[in-house]
Amino acid sequence: MSYVAYADRDHEQEHHDPDTFITKYIWSQDHKVIAIQYGLTAIFVGLIALGLSAMMRLQLGFPDDFAFINPENYYQFITMHGMIMVIYLLTALFLGGFGNYLIPLMCGSRDMVFPFMNMLSYWVYLLSVIILIASFFVPGGSTGAGWTLYPPQAISPGTPGIDLGILMMLASLAVFIVAFTMGGLNYVTTVLQARCKGMTLMRLPLSVWGIFIATILGLLAFPALLVSAIMMLFDKTLHTSFFMPAISSMGIDPGYTGGSPILFQHLFWFFGHPEVYIVALPAFGIVSDLISTHARKNIFGYRMMVWAIIMIGGLSFIVWAHHMYVSGMNPYFGFFFATTTLIIAVPTAIKVYNWVLTLWEGNIHLRVPMLFSIGFIFTFIHGGLTGLFLGNVTIDLPLSDTYFVVAHFHMVMGVSPVLVVFGAIYHWWPKITGRMYNETLGKWHFWMTFLGTYAIYLPMHYLGFAGVPRRYFAMGNTDFLPDSAQDLNAAITMSALFVAATQILFFVNMIWSLKKGPKSDPNPWDATTLEWQTPDHPPKHGNWGHHLPEVHRWAYDYSVPGYKDDFIPQNVPADAAPAGREHDGDQ
Amino acid sequence: MTIALGFLAIILATLLGWLLKQTFNAAPWEMEVVSDTAHYGPLGGTDKSKLIALLTLLAVVSSFFALILSAYALRMDLGDWVPMTEPQLLWTNTVMLIVASGVFQWTRNAAVKGQQGRLQPGLLITGVLTLGFVLGQFIAWQQLQDAGQFITSNPANAFFYFLTGAHAVHILGGLYVWARATLKVVLGTGDSTMIRRSIELCTIYWHFLLLVWLVLFGLLLST
Repeated sequence: MSYVAYADRDHEQEHHDPDTFITKYIWSQDHKVIAIQYGLTAIFVGLIALGLSAMMRLQLGFPDDFAFINPENYYQFITMHGMIMVIYLLTALFLGGFGNYLIPLMCGSRDMVFPFMNMLSYWVYLLSVIILIASFFVPGGSTGAGWTLYPPQAISPGTPGIDLGILMMLASLAVFIVAFTMGGLNYVTTVLQARCKGMTLMRLPLSVWGIFIATILGLLAFPALLVSAIMMLFDKTLHTSFFMPAISSMGIDPGYTGGSPILFQHLFWFFGHPEVYIVALPAFGIVSDLISTHARKNIFGYRMMVWAIIMIGGLSFIVWAHHMYVSGMNPYFGFFFATTTLIIAVPTAIKVYNWVLTLWEGNIHLRVPMLFSIGFIFTFIHGGLTGLFLGNVTIDLPLSDTYFVVAHFHMVMGVSPVLVVFGAIYHWWPKITGRMYNETLGKWHFWMTFLGTYAIYLPMHYLGFAGVPRRYFAMGNTDFLPDSAQDLNAAITMSALFVAATQILFFVNMIWSLKKGPKSDPNPWDATTLEWQTPDHPPKHGNWGHHLPEVHRWAYDYSVPGYKDDFIPQNVPADAAPAGREHDGDQ
Repeated sequence: MTIALGFLAIILATLLGWLLKQTFNAAPWEMEVVSDTAHYGPLGGTDKSKLIALLTLLAVVSSFFALILSAYALRMDLGDWVPMTEPQLLWTNTVMLIVASGVFQWTRNAAVKGQQGRLQPGLLITGVLTLGFVLGQFIAWQQLQDAGQFITSNPANAFFYFLTGAHAVHILGGLYVWARATLKVVLGTGDSTMIRRSIELCTIYWHFLLLVWLVLFGLLLST
């Protein structure tokens, strides 16, 4: 048989709509349902992680007032909070959630290329989440090794959860990686093979570009985590000495012969740094589309934006050791990694300039998704600038173990992506559910979250400069700090609890919308991308009815001179736009 | 980590080269006429989804092994490393895997030419040889155990067991797909095109795992 293209073969395919509740909503192979399953699971574990951070803040703000928080619990909270937020919430939500929902719809395909594997990906992910959550309830509790799981302490006596806790964490990570790989193969293949007619790579919306490159990063970087997890499992269960040095632990010789903890750090951060961009690149892509749509203006420098995503992805593999300055390294290596780290600022800054230039003289509609997008630009610039501090060896060394680092990474990869997540949910909510939410409540949610997170993280920079150590359960012998440091800590805790409580507004809004929200138009934002042009609203199984769409233009034909409407959808042919063209190619 | 970086450089350079070709000089805001094949994948106007998924998977697996090799190189510089003597049986196993790969290629060629009669013997011989390889690796483990070379005896041993075990697991994964194709051929069920594509993809996977094994074996012998 000669091979025929995916889109050309479409008319040969029979599309069996799932007809039972179970095939439609539980064992579903529809990318949209899988996306929602991923999204809901990720948000559920995210809420657990939010609760854990609230308990950490209670201890830090009001030490000794809460008897149920002891040092062991505290370290377990830290570890699980970090791991859940980075991997089980953000990675899963951006790629499993938005990736699944947006890739087929934005590329103009009916589904992922391998729907069964896609379904399997979700269920294996759910299994990893169940293993992770179950580790809270095993004897000894979950691991308290810190989210970086550094040996030797991760598996040595004195650290909470060194029996079942750490084993379940490592097992859960391994299972997650299997799930991610199954999903990732699907995303890459779908983007490369299942685009509809006319959808060249350079006509793809930036959301797809961000998700696509992030998936490639994940596929190449997660094996590093898998290798380190397996080797640590061996060290723990079989007493090999990959990472474990010859140590005496509490007077007992555990029998290790001289492994290298630094080796673990290399492997971990070889995964860990690209992981930052696995989360950030989809956020970059999505925010570009949100800004362009709600500013009614084509994205500034589309090609540059695509190439910036690719450059950031490539560079993210050669900066990992900037997480290890304090572990000690050859000064030339330090110089190399500081240089590469600072070079990443170039494509990243290009993206920021382009977002701002897209806003420039745009017809800005300050709707909820736009507010979150602009909020993201603020927090991301803020977190990015402190990254320039920490990328330098000499500045990193004194600041590395302080709250400055906590403030930096929460701004850049905590708050920033989460703002995009909210913006994206508000933006695509009408498409997913067919209903509108309450705009006013959404705006309240934005302002309280945005200002509240600043109230949390801005003071942390000062605490860091003052030398307040991170990871500590209690201050201990820190006489060099003024008493006001503790007052600031109490204020931060109040802000954190406030922001956590504010999220109720979001859930109230969404639940209200599901039940009583007004029905939305099929394209309420007058957007150009394909997902807003589906024949059914919300899109049904198969997405496109009888015929796949054909694409005739890029994704950013907003406010094109000479046309009646201020947007032209991607599937509108050149001669079918509402008015003749006055200017050619000079938008 | 140089090995992992070298590997990544190759993958990323390939990807970048291809992307550059796709995107350089493209002016997406202009309404140029898009030819019918413009939306197709990187390998021309054909549906090669499974091939692309396989190649992507091979990149992931390569990354996995490259990282273990990086760890190997870093760890062997430390003081407690005692080089291990590999069992002679590994040579026999290697020959078996090479022949298995060769027979798979022969079977694939037969499938492409439509010589259906050769498929069954080809697939069965490949399967037996590959299973023989996995069994041989297991016996090599037994021989090491009998000689007192346990996984905890030395980091070199630990890496030996880890590398050979990880490789064998990947072979077993391939055998699962091989078994499905073979069953269809033996029972005479299944579409011949699908079977041919299955055999084509399996052949690539076998060659790849042979290559990985040759690299691993070379490294184990030389260190």
